[in-house]
This record gives sequence, C-alpha cells and structure tokens, in this order.
Amino acid sequence: MAKIHVSTTINGEPTEFLCDPADTVLDTLRDTLGLTGSKEGCGSGDCGACSITIDGRLVCSCLVLAAEADGHEIETIEGMAGSDHLHPLQRKFLETAALQCGICTPGFLMAAKSLLEKNPDPTETEVRYWLAGNLCRCTGYDKIVRAVMETAAEMREGAR
Amino acid sequence: MSDIRYLAPQTLDDAVAQYAAAAGAARILAGGTDLLVQMRSGLKKPSTIVDVKKIPELTAIEETADGGFRVGAAVAGAVLEEHPTFGKVWPGVLEGLNLIGSTQIQGRASMGGNLCNGSPAGDSVPALVAAGAVATIAGPDGTRELKVEDVPAGPGKTNLKPGEILVSFTFPARPKGSSDAYLRMIPRTEMDIAVVGVGVSLTLENGTCTAARVGLGAVAPTVLLVHGAAEAIIGTKLDDAAIEKAAAACSAACNPIDDKRGTIAYRTKVAGVLFKRTLAIAAERAGRA
Ligand SMILES: Cc1cc2nc3c(=O)[nH]c(=O)nc-3n(C[C@H](O)[C@H](O)[C@H](O)COP(=O)(O)OP(=O)(O)OC[C@H]3O[C@@H](n4cnc5c(N)ncnc54)[C@H](O)[C@@H]3O)c2cc1C
Ligand code: FES
Ligand code: FES
Repeated sequence: MAKIHVSTTINGEPTEFLCDPADTVLDTLRDTLGLTGSKEGCGSGDCGACSITIDGRLVCSCLVLAAEADGHEIETIEGMAGSDHLHPLQRKFLETAALQCGICTPGFLMAAKSLLEKNPDPTETEVRYWLAGNLCRCTGYDKIVRAVMETAAEMREGAR
Repeated sequence: MSDIRYLAPQTLDDAVAQYAAAAGAARILAGGTDLLVQMRSGLKKPSTIVDVKKIPELTAIEETADGGFRVGAAVAGAVLEEHPTFGKVWPGVLEGLNLIGSTQIQGRASMGGNLCNGSPAGDSVPALVAAGAVATIAGPDGTRELKVEDVPAGPGKTNLKPGEILVSFTFPARPKGSSDAYLRMIPRTEMDIAVVGVGVSLTLENGTCTAARVGLGAVAPTVLLVHGAAEAIIGTKLDDAAIEKAAAACSAACNPIDDKRGTIAYRTKVAGVLFKRTLAIAAERAGRA
C-alpha cells in the first residue's frame, strides 16, 4: 500500500511528511519527524502523555491517524517555549517541582495550557476535571494542580 | 507496514459509494476513540478506513425548520458543548455526551461513534433515547430513518445494514416546560464505564407531567426505552407514589450482567434510585424552561 502524503503546520512551521495509513500522529511525530517530546504512555487514550492540540483542540495524538492531520494545524510541547524563555507553566512546574520522572509532564503542560487559554481563572475542581485524562505515577497530582493554579494567577496578574 | 486504505471523502454520496465498494472489512472513522483502540489491540482489522469528518452533513449542527435540532453523527463532544443553544434545550443529551472520557477524548468522541460502537453502557445513548432523537442513515439503497432505540442490536452490534452510514440525529422541537437530564453511576468520579446510566426527558404543564421518556443504559444487552416508567409519571404531578412506580418499572426492565463493576442485584436496585435522581434534575430544569 502506498504511503500517504500529508501537509500540515506543526508549531507554526509548514510540514510535509509521508505516513503509513495506520500510523498515528504520535508515531509520526516521534518516529518520522523526531519530535519526541510527546510521550507514549498507553497508546489507548488513557494517560494523556501524548496530548497535543489540533486546530487548537486538545486531543490524544495516539488516537488520531497521521493521515487525518492533512490541512490541519498541530501544536506540540516543542512549540511551547519561546526561543529564549519558557512558558510560564513550564517555569512554574520547575520552580514548584511539579514533576519527578517527567514522562507525564509534556502532556500535563499541553493540557494545562489549553485549559488556561479557555479559562484563565479556573477553580481547583475545574483544573482537576480538565486534567483527569492525564495520569501521573509520581507526584500525587497535588503539586501539578497547585502549579497550574499559581500560573493562572500570575498570568492574570501579568495581563492586567 | 499495513495494507490499510485511508479515504476521506468530501461528500456523503462519495462516502456511501466508497464504503460500499470497499472490499472486505471497511470501517467508518469518526473520532476514532473506540476504533483506534480496537485496531491497536487487534480486535478490529479494517481493510479500508472511511473518515467521515470532511462531510458537511456529519459535522454540522443546525436548527431545523420546525424548531428542533439536527446534529451530525461525527460532531465531537467539545464542539457540541460550544454550541450557543443546543445545551440549553437539551442539557441532558449534552451532559451524556460530555461525560465520555477526558478533555482529550471530548475533542474527538461523537454521539454517532458512541451509538455505532454498540456498547450497552455508551453514555450518550440513554439521553438520546429519552430525547426521542431519530437517526438518519444513508446507504447504497438510499436514506432511511431509525429511532435511536432501534439502532443497537446487542453488545457491539447495530441494525445498520452493510454499507450504511449514520449521518445525523434529529431532535424534535420542545414545548415550553420541557427539559432532560442524564446521570450515570460509576465506581470512580471520572473516566469509568457506567454501571447504570439513566436519561429522562419530560414536559411539565402547571406542574403536571404531560410527556416523558426514559432511557436506561448498562443494564441490558442494549440501551432500553422504559415505557412503563414514562407511563407511571405521565398525567401525574410527580407525586411520590408515581415516582416509586416509575422507579420500580426501571428496576423491572433490567436484565444486566454480573461483573466486577456491579452485581445483578446492585445494578437493578441502582437503576431505580438513579432514575429518581435523574427525574428530579430533569423536572427542576423543566420548571425553569
Ligand atoms: C480513555 C477513554 C475513555 C472513554 N470513556 C468513555 C465513557 O466514559 N463513556 C462512553 O460511553 N464511552 C467512553 N469511551 C469510548 C468512546 O470514546 C466513545 O464510545 C465515543 O463516543 C466513540 O466515538 P468516536 O467518534 O470516537 O467513534 P469511532 O471510534 O470513530 O467509532 C466507533 C465505532 O462506530 C463506528 N462508526 C462511527 N461513526 C459512524 C457512523 N457515522 N456511521 C456508522 N458507523 C460509525 C466505527 O466504525 C466504529 O466501529 C472512552 C474511550 C477512551 C479511549
Ligand atoms: S499514549 Fe496517548 S493517551 Fe496514553
Ligand atoms: S512525574 Fe512521573 S509520571 Fe508524572
């Protein structure tokens, strides 16, 4: 079966690739494009380590076929930091040790970023529900939730 | 290297033609949150995947001429949630769909996929049944309509014929004083499979229930429309005796499995309890509608 030619935008860069019809976006990001920031924890939509946005919508890249990305805009963890500065969420995660082994972190950061874009002032309950599809085996979640709440507060302050 | 073909037709006619022409096991792809998991585990091995998300009829949300709604079968939960009016008229249908999975799953999961996957525990189905939603189905022999409760045929099976595609759901116009609700019982608070799911849709006129439908999920091989429960409350002011009778009808309709999430006795009992809670929410909303 012939490979499929896909044209997308990834983190603002027009990107073309060839994929197998059964490849997922996660397979392509990691194995074809060398963007290994998105992690594979489960491959079945349960852990959120592979979280990306497509046209601004948060999804599990392990549950999207690479061929489906044609004509769409993808954002991954690699696009989160600026050239010389981290995103406020990334900085806060480091400052408050909201990670241990770190494999869940790219997914949490992508999910938290998408939450704060939609809702700059979430309650703790809203943060916990929004992040319910991201699993962490190390931190016990508390530091992650607090980091997101604190970042939200700082970003609101900064926007004033 | 797989030998799967991926097709993404732009029109319904093309999709029907390509789906019918695909030799062997072709599958429709909506959000892929069931299909991709099943492909990965080897449960499904499609030869051709027909992605229906480029087809306008499957992705549109429209208000119909008579004041109802038509929602494309492939519309994702997060997209329907953002619609300005759908969730005000059908809060129960929306909450059923929005209970599916996580934020990430909501970005993809559709009501069409939930129904066609054929799980008796599909969270969007009881409220669709309660709503009296009608499924429009297109196939090689033309288009037909099927009530949502007539679509599932058993666990993992539907009454769609080979080559047929579920296009959209049509919701009737709502008289004043109408609303709906969906509740599920799960052992956790998030990300779990329903042990029982109840959808209730009703109309209240001066406190009297003039119309009602009750959908019950996860307690039988298919989601059930419980006529007895609706009959017990129609014509009443939702007094305790009527509610008890309706709850008993829900428990009596159960024919559940016994598994680690819930025994037969538990599911049967919870069906009645959960019905009462769901009814209270739907009635409270209808009082305001
Ligand atoms: C982590 C996770 C959590 C989940 N949690 C829940 C939950 O809480 N509750 C719940 O009910 N489900 C849950 N699910 C299952 C799944 O997300 C839902 O069933 C979802 O609604 C499926 O929709 P989809 O658009 O992704 O379907 P797809 O995977 O695209 O399709 C599902 C099936 O239906 C067929 N199909 C799809 N659309 C059509 C159509 N228009 N015409 C004909 N056939 C069609 C496909 O061929 C496939 O066999 C979960 C899944 C995951 C991965
Ligand atoms: S790898 Fe995609 S959700 Fe776990
Ligand atoms: S930091 Fe290890 S899984 Fe989250």
